[in-house]
Amino acid sequence: MAKTKKNIFYDPSLSKRHFKDKIFKYATVASLAISLIFLVIFLSDMIIKGSSAIKQSYIQVEVSYSQKAQKSYRKAVERKYVNLISRAELRQVPMQMKNNASLMGTKELKWLIADDQVDMYMKGYYYKLKSKDLKTLEAMVANGRIEQKFNTVFFTHGDSKSPEFAGILSAMIGTIFTILVAMAVAFPLGVATAIYLEEFSKESWWSEFLEVNINNLAAIPSILFGLLGLAIFINLFGLPRSSALVGGLTLALMTLPIIVVSSRAALRSVPSTIRQAGYGLGLTKVQVVKDHVLPLAFPGIMTGTILGLAQAMGETAPLIIVGMIAFIPDSPTTIMDAATVMPAQIFTWAGMPERAYIEKTAAGILTLLTILISLNAFAIYLRKRFEVKW
Amino acid sequence: MLFKKTALTLLAVSALAIAVEARDQVKIVGSSTVYPFSSSVAEELGATTSFPTPVVESTGSGGGMKLFCAGNGMNTPDITNASRRMKAKEFIMCEKNGVNDITEAVIGFDGIAFAQAKSNKAFSVTKEQLLLAVAAEVPSRDGHILVKNPYKKWSDIDPTLPNREIIIYGPPKSSGTRDAFEDMILKAQTKKMPVYTDLYKKDKKKYKAYKKYKKIRTDGIYVPSGENDNLIVAKLNKNPASFGIFGYSFLIENDDKVQGTKVNGVSPTPETISNGKYPISRSLFFYIKNSHAKEVKAMNDYVKLFMSEDMIGSEGILGEIGLIALPTKEQTDIRKSVSKRKKLTLESLKKH
Repeated sequence: MAKTKKNIFYDPSLSKRHFKDKIFKYATVASLAISLIFLVIFLSDMIIKGSSAIKQSYIQVEVSYSQKAQKSYRKAVERKYVNLISRAELRQVPMQMKNNASLMGTKELKWLIADDQVDMYMKGYYYKLKSKDLKTLEAMVANGRIEQKFNTVFFTHGDSKSPEFAGILSAMIGTIFTILVAMAVAFPLGVATAIYLEEFSKESWWSEFLEVNINNLAAIPSILFGLLGLAIFINLFGLPRSSALVGGLTLALMTLPIIVVSSRAALRSVPSTIRQAGYGLGLTKVQVVKDHVLPLAFPGIMTGTILGLAQAMGETAPLIIVGMIAFIPDSPTTIMDAATVMPAQIFTWAGMPERAYIEKTAAGILTLLTILISLNAFAIYLRKRFEVKW
Repeated sequence: MLFKKTALTLLAVSALAIAVEARDQVKIVGSSTVYPFSSSVAEELGATTSFPTPVVESTGSGGGMKLFCAGNGMNTPDITNASRRMKAKEFIMCEKNGVNDITEAVIGFDGIAFAQAKSNKAFSVTKEQLLLAVAAEVPSRDGHILVKNPYKKWSDIDPTLPNREIIIYGPPKSSGTRDAFEDMILKAQTKKMPVYTDLYKKDKKKYKAYKKYKKIRTDGIYVPSGENDNLIVAKLNKNPASFGIFGYSFLIENDDKVQGTKVNGVSPTPETISNGKYPISRSLFFYIKNSHAKEVKAMNDYVKLFMSEDMIGSEGILGEIGLIALPTKEQTDIRKSVSKRKKLTLESLKKH
């Protein structure tokens, strides 16, 4: 169409508006690109740093189970190998002999975890080895007595002060316990609160007051929940410090408002015609809510809950206050045992002086991210699977 | 819903019941500087005996004292680590809460490094020059009055120092390393300098802060850099003009990237820190709550292991991660007093 005054559809501001339209579009694309760039930089940095943690150096030496070794575990191998082997391996020798008396006096060729400096050397990082040890090491490499194997230690052990022996398992179990406690408390309480507020409570100053407060609670800095947890669960109830129970309860307080808000939104999205049809058939309120509204709102509730718990999973600040940022290498067996969580473990490793912890930190972050991504994917799946379109 | 709630109530009640029972896991809190050493010992105890691994929490020296002195109950920690001596105030707080049988143990020294990027030329400062570089207020040229710190370059402080911008990355206020640095570099010197102390003498109330002056400048030349010393090490290489203040263990672990600076002509090495020639070092401690020893069986084993030659000795395991051993004689003395569980008294704390 010609841009003339004869054309009745001609609008002189059209090109200007189209130009603004384009600018707006590109601005949104640019902001997406910027966030993607940050994400890519972060992820690739973590992957570059963490990928070397997949492998772990092992060293083949002869372990002699002797009287001497029973007394001092450094005597269990030849003197020249001592500095090349992880102390975490050697110190188990006396215990192994105690538990299995037939070992005494025997010798065995074994693959042991190598010291972190050996591992650093094998992976081409900066290492610190005395020239004598380095010579022994080079000879062993030439003889094929050093090997890089898949790092099972990282997934089967807890924290350690010897980086080569440090793993994420105890923190993972701690996280599972903590999140289970948080879920067991926050989910029923949150959903019940939402049902009350959405289905039962009448519009009044009281319900308005509650609503404002709950929304407010969702925006409170998480460290305050830690202080609350310390004051109530530890000081008042006397629950054990650093336990998954206290950590879980604290995180439950934190996720509760998020669950309430998202559950209310889910309940509200169920059309009122469903309720009216139910009442029309003579159902009671409980029957309407339990059998009709709740099942329809369930995907939304689950999505909100999972997102809330995923957030709680990555939380460190409130857990510092209740003592979960600590050196806890043993995996907890009950919720009363001292436990640590994955973000806390990452935080601790990041502050360690030994270089070998750099790859552990990155690998820990990648593990945590993997779990969070799977949780979020599960939330999306739930929504898609059970979603009802009106 | 009803079922879930009942289950929850039961859970809470059983939790309370378990909480008051005795435990065999040692609970340790305190200084973040002692934390790596303490947790190494804890791990060793867990791995070589049938006791569970003690829980070591890094709460800072002051935070640890607070928890430790809260009482004798089994939910209070058995041991607290400290990167400084217990204060008289804290001892009194302990006594007030019934914690009156405490034993003090010294494990060794920790040096504080004043370091720069490896690529730089070697650098050497005196304690006084360091004070003039970091204090918020310094004596004026004629030395009679205090002025806001005007120094921007090292050569402004002393013409013999290089013409290099002053920029120092150091620990933030919450850190024990910062406390120690303030005490040893600022307080120790300003309390001997009349230009600071005269103000306090003139008007005790108004100039209270000048009695032991230890204020660090906040004009952006001293940059507080978070509790993670690895970040400071990384920054030194990004900005080669800068200096960093951090624990000695980070210096030895990163000796391909950073180098220590001579202070009063002495470089930080295990020998110079141990014999006290290197001026910025401090002793590390832990405190034992003897009233818990009966119920927490692993406690005595933990203490014995910690004080052993294998751990804190000059060839000990902890030396590998940066602990500087005590001189031999002091080591024997402290081992003796700890094994006898010598009771800590207020007088002995006040002496120093």
